[in-house]
Amino acid sequence: MSTPGNDKTFSNPVMNWIEYRLPIFSFIDNSVGSNYPTPRNLNYWWNFGSLAGVVLVIMIASGIVLAMQYTAHVGYAFESVERIMRDVNYGWLLRYLHMNGGSMFFILVYIHMFRGMYFGSFKSPRELVWIFGVMLILAMMATAFMGYVLPWGQMSFWGATVITNLFSAIPIVGESIVTWLWGGFSVANPTLNRFFALHYLFPFVIFALVFMHLWALHIHRSGNPTGIDPKSPEDTIPFHPYYTIKDAFGLGVFMIVFMAFVFFAPNFFGEPDNYIKANSMVTPPHIVPEWYFLPFYAILRAITFNILFIPAKLGGVIAMFGAVLILAVLPWLDRGKVRSARFRPVYKQFFWIFVADCIVLGIAGGKPPEGYWIPIGQAATAYYFLHFLVILPLLSKFERTLAPPESISAAVLQSNAGKKGAS
Amino acid sequence: MTDLSTTSTDEDETGGSRRDFLAIATSTVGVAGVALAAWPLVDSMNPAADVLALSSTEVDLSPVEVGQSITVVWRGKPVFVRHRTAHEIAEARRDDNADLVDPQKDADRVQKPEWLIVIGICTHLGCIPLGNKPGDPRGDFDGWFCPCHGSHYDSSGRIRKGPAPKNLVVPPYVFINDTTIKIG
Repeated sequence: MSTPGNDKTFSNPVMNWIEYRLPIFSFIDNSVGSNYPTPRNLNYWWNFGSLAGVVLVIMIASGIVLAMQYTAHVGYAFESVERIMRDVNYGWLLRYLHMNGGSMFFILVYIHMFRGMYFGSFKSPRELVWIFGVMLILAMMATAFMGYVLPWGQMSFWGATVITNLFSAIPIVGESIVTWLWGGFSVANPTLNRFFALHYLFPFVIFALVFMHLWALHIHRSGNPTGIDPKSPEDTIPFHPYYTIKDAFGLGVFMIVFMAFVFFAPNFFGEPDNYIKANSMVTPPHIVPEWYFLPFYAILRAITFNILFIPAKLGGVIAMFGAVLILAVLPWLDRGKVRSARFRPVYKQFFWIFVADCIVLGIAGGKPPEGYWIPIGQAATAYYFLHFLVILPLLSKFERTLAPPESISAAVLQSNAGKKGAS
Repeated sequence: MTDLSTTSTDEDETGGSRRDFLAIATSTVGVAGVALAAWPLVDSMNPAADVLALSSTEVDLSPVEVGQSITVVWRGKPVFVRHRTAHEIAEARRDDNADLVDPQKDADRVQKPEWLIVIGICTHLGCIPLGNKPGDPRGDFDGWFCPCHGSHYDSSGRIRKGPAPKNLVVPPYVFINDTTIKIG
């Protein structure tokens, strides 16, 4: 977002020629280069945003070449995926990258979100960075859901049926909306076709949202583990080379994990039922969504009772969408001035209880809805909303926070001195 | 011209100038135009003529014995046709006054009491309930049981237990003769 007339000069005359007409090099330098001052104390939890960005690029690259081999028709979709696996050069690699890349994307983004919650990254003045993030996770969920339908296996078909039927819970217009989504009276060829079109479109919407997310980020710049703002030049270091190298190292570690799944356990996150071709006359005995939807699936199923005039089915749908949308108002639910959990001793404990609650929801969502898993899912759902609607507002009002350090550099030098003293 | 300048200075008193009115009117017409132009795009996603053309199915009932059920396909959905036994009919009628989630009399759900015809899709989230094949679990009420989220339907296809909000839907059908129906 540089203005024309930027007086940055380079030794390369071609770069100068371009820079004078389109200041792209100074834009890069101001965004991820030596001219972007970054807090000197970022830890490895700050790697996950750039990792998610790398995975987005991998998903788009592998997706484009997969689309060249895939056929979006109920008669050929399953077979075309098998052809990719068996006949297309490196097809197996591309598909396994794309399949596992989806899971990796969610792992990275979930960690990135928990990082934001722990260190208060969503707080003023970065609320819009956070809200664009919530829009990103919604767009990712839609993209992942539609992508999972494309191989046209049993889980593809029945997952699509169950999820599109959620909209039938909307009073009066629900049934018409579902028919419109399907383009027919059940999940069928028109549905598969439009899901493919939208699955190709949405990554570019995600790309645009990432741009907005980063644009908003670069106005007030990265937060940091202390949660206090940089006050002097000693508090910051240039993004390049310090954080480019740190991000590159993190990328190396992440790629080891990613490739371990791709090459040694490519179907770890998958469901065997999805290697059975879709059959609209047989429902698999136990329908589960992909693992990254399980906590939300548990919330959907937790509402087994009517709430006043809201029937159970609609209540479950509202709770599930509410569980994501409530994140958008987090900056106004947790209004405490101190950002980082390091100086919020009580919040820190509730944060970890919340993480545990999300994991319990994930486990409950993967179990058949029987026996004690029903009350466990319901209790975990109740706690999820309690955390946001009661605990956070109360904590931000009554918690006695610790005094944050005077500056980032003071905090860094102090902890370095502490380490030297101990050793 | 003088008139125009007085109106624009009078903004605060009148609550808006002529220019504001024109701006609002123009944008309103513009928004309405865009909405109208968007409709063909939205409506193109609704069922097409060829999809709608496949919307009725004829079924020959003569081979279905008493106590037997068959599944036929109508609009890509399974339809359960059950030739009910006297016991099943009696059960369904007895429960007309039971504590029903979606109260409906058995007589209102059938044209001929021995033939129960319902869409075989759970009204919860669209799974196909079990109970139409010999050996399938039929749930606690001698009808169907949905394995996805545990809904039980009775011998009239009414929801009795579990998360589903509605009875199994009775599709529109007519008896063409004693042994043939046309669904849709």
